Amino acid sequence: MIESLNPLLASAVAAAIPLILAALGELVAERSGVLNLGLEGMMLIGALAAFVAVAHGGGLVGAVLAAMLAGALIALVFGFVTLTLQANQVAAGLSLTILGTGITAFLGRQYVGFRAPASFVELPIPYLSEIPLLGPSLFSMNLLGYATLVLLAATAWVLYRTRAGLALRCIGESPTVARSLGLPVIPVRYAAVAFGGAMAGLAGCYYAVAQFKMWQEGLTSGNGWIALALVVFATWRPLRVGLGALLFGGVSALGLYLQAINVHVSVFALSSLPYLATIVVLVFISSDQNAIRRNAPASLGKAFHADS
Amino acid sequence: MKTWKHTIRNLAGAVALTLLHGTSIAADPLKMAWVYVGPVGDGGWTYAHDLGRKAAMAKLGDKIQTTIVESVPEGADAERVIRDLATKGNRIVFTTSFGYMEPTLKAAKSFPKAEFYHATGFKSDKNVTIYNSRMYEPAYLAGIIAGHVSKKGVLGFVASFPIPEVVRNINAYTMGARSVNPKITTKVVWVNTWYDPGKERQAAEALIGQGADVLLQNTDSSAVLQTAQDKGVNAFGWDSDMTAYAPKAHLASAIEVWGGYYTKVAEAALAGKPLKTTVWGGMKDGMNDLVSISAALSPEAKKAVAEKMTAIKSGKMMVFTGPIKGQDGSIKLAAGKSLTDKEIDSVNYYVEGVEGQLPK
Repeated sequence: MIESLNPLLASAVAAAIPLILAALGELVAERSGVLNLGLEGMMLIGALAAFVAVAHGGGLVGAVLAAMLAGALIALVFGFVTLTLQANQVAAGLSLTILGTGITAFLGRQYVGFRAPASFVELPIPYLSEIPLLGPSLFSMNLLGYATLVLLAATAWVLYRTRAGLALRCIGESPTVARSLGLPVIPVRYAAVAFGGAMAGLAGCYYAVAQFKMWQEGLTSGNGWIALALVVFATWRPLRVGLGALLFGGVSALGLYLQAINVHVSVFALSSLPYLATIVVLVFISSDQNAIRRNAPASLGKAFHADS
Repeated sequence: MKTWKHTIRNLAGAVALTLLHGTSIAADPLKMAWVYVGPVGDGGWTYAHDLGRKAAMAKLGDKIQTTIVESVPEGADAERVIRDLATKGNRIVFTTSFGYMEPTLKAAKSFPKAEFYHATGFKSDKNVTIYNSRMYEPAYLAGIIAGHVSKKGVLGFVASFPIPEVVRNINAYTMGARSVNPKITTKVVWVNTWYDPGKERQAAEALIGQGADVLLQNTDSSAVLQTAQDKGVNAFGWDSDMTAYAPKAHLASAIEVWGGYYTKVAEAALAGKPLKTTVWGGMKDGMNDLVSISAALSPEAKKAVAEKMTAIKSGKMMVFTGPIKGQDGSIKLAAGKSLTDKEIDSVNYYVEGVEGQLPK
């Protein structure tokens, strides 16, 4: 009986991985005070870059590098517009998503219709993968999946246990104070935005060469927005991003899983589950207004003028 | 999202024509527009429609001028897009998804001089004509292949929305399989979307986890087929030939062929006699087909499919011919009778062998 839960958990974890990657990158950018709504666009650009890399024989290493580089580059453009030119972050982020969606649709046409010639395969860890339930889901992932867990832990560690992390959070709280302490506000924000782009690119890479192994227009099907919501959902804490992503992945897999085992629940109720879960958690979180205020970076989304 | 590329190309073409001919006699091309539910790059449903559009363009050259609008959500947005296209002088508008039915009917009332063609619907009007393809025919043949290939006797179906068009494909697939192995059952998972590779994949994983070893889908991406290959089971391509996505898992592709129809509609309109009759074409009309049948199939399977395909293409065989039993084994249609088109188009029950409850 318990084995029959394996496919459910495995598909929840598989759906959670790219959400974690993208949300982690966004979390770091937001912690430095920059709100980048361009996640979906950056993920698509990363996905196409990764697919193009494998399609031209670049292999998996090439795919990862291409995706992260493409994501970081486009994020730096966003950085230039919002940090140097000080344009509105919300508008610039939305434009980035529109740009990413359009440009990948246009450039990707010739890559539609065939399978990625190389892809990440599942690598079960000996012994660990035999643990009931956890084994087939957490210990039978592909390399990108394992890398995600490492990145999750590393991000949490850097943010909370290192000087650099402290500086980044300080800049996000009050860039003016940070500057008076001699912290390089704009360079750190650039770095955080580039990191966010690279991680979104990696999430796209996961879709294109690990999960779907193909390129299709709009491959990420709106998951960038879910990742964006996850950051708020997790009140800007990395480990909670992991939990939130699992919850989202699990809830969307659950509806389909129940149908496959012939449980009679309304299909329409099932497909609204992820949204219901979001509402429940948001209500739960916002029942304590201070929790959000305490956790949200105080300067989030605000331009910083070095002279002020 | 509007594809500016096409608009720009069309505009450029128009400008070039004007420059070349000045105010001369060149007859205005017939303006035709297509509304797509997904991106052309979906490699499936919308891709097949766009192949059809291109076929008509190749045939008729500069006699027609085409515009497409991709990824239009079903609902209120669709009506706005359709009106917009008609306002811009498109004399013929194809709306290519079931959910565009009401928006098309509403918009058409305001543009009596334009002709609207709605794919897969069931309501027509003075200037709204419906056209559809009997995809249940290739689905039935796919079922025959599945019946031969399945070792566990459990098939999986990733379904989009519980509408007759989809329900009858599930039924046809199951009937085809049971004509080979009467013990086969089909598990169905509804994803409530036409295009979402992530959900389609999760649905396929859920089905495979429950023992399904040959999958078919009525959704628009190749995710189900790819998942089948990853998990070592078999599946089919749908709407477009999907062999290249998963050569190992791929058994055959049930494809739509719209080019002939789009050309006919354009030719009729150019001749001043717009096509107004409902077209519901099948394999014998060349509106769909089962292609790229796997060479790895057993000789018996190949023979069985070839025989039934010939019978369907020649019009000798109807897929929904009695005896058809419902899920509980009750007779829905007596032996020797066939479902009428109206009955096929309003089917609201699963046949024997399909598991689970049909969402209402």
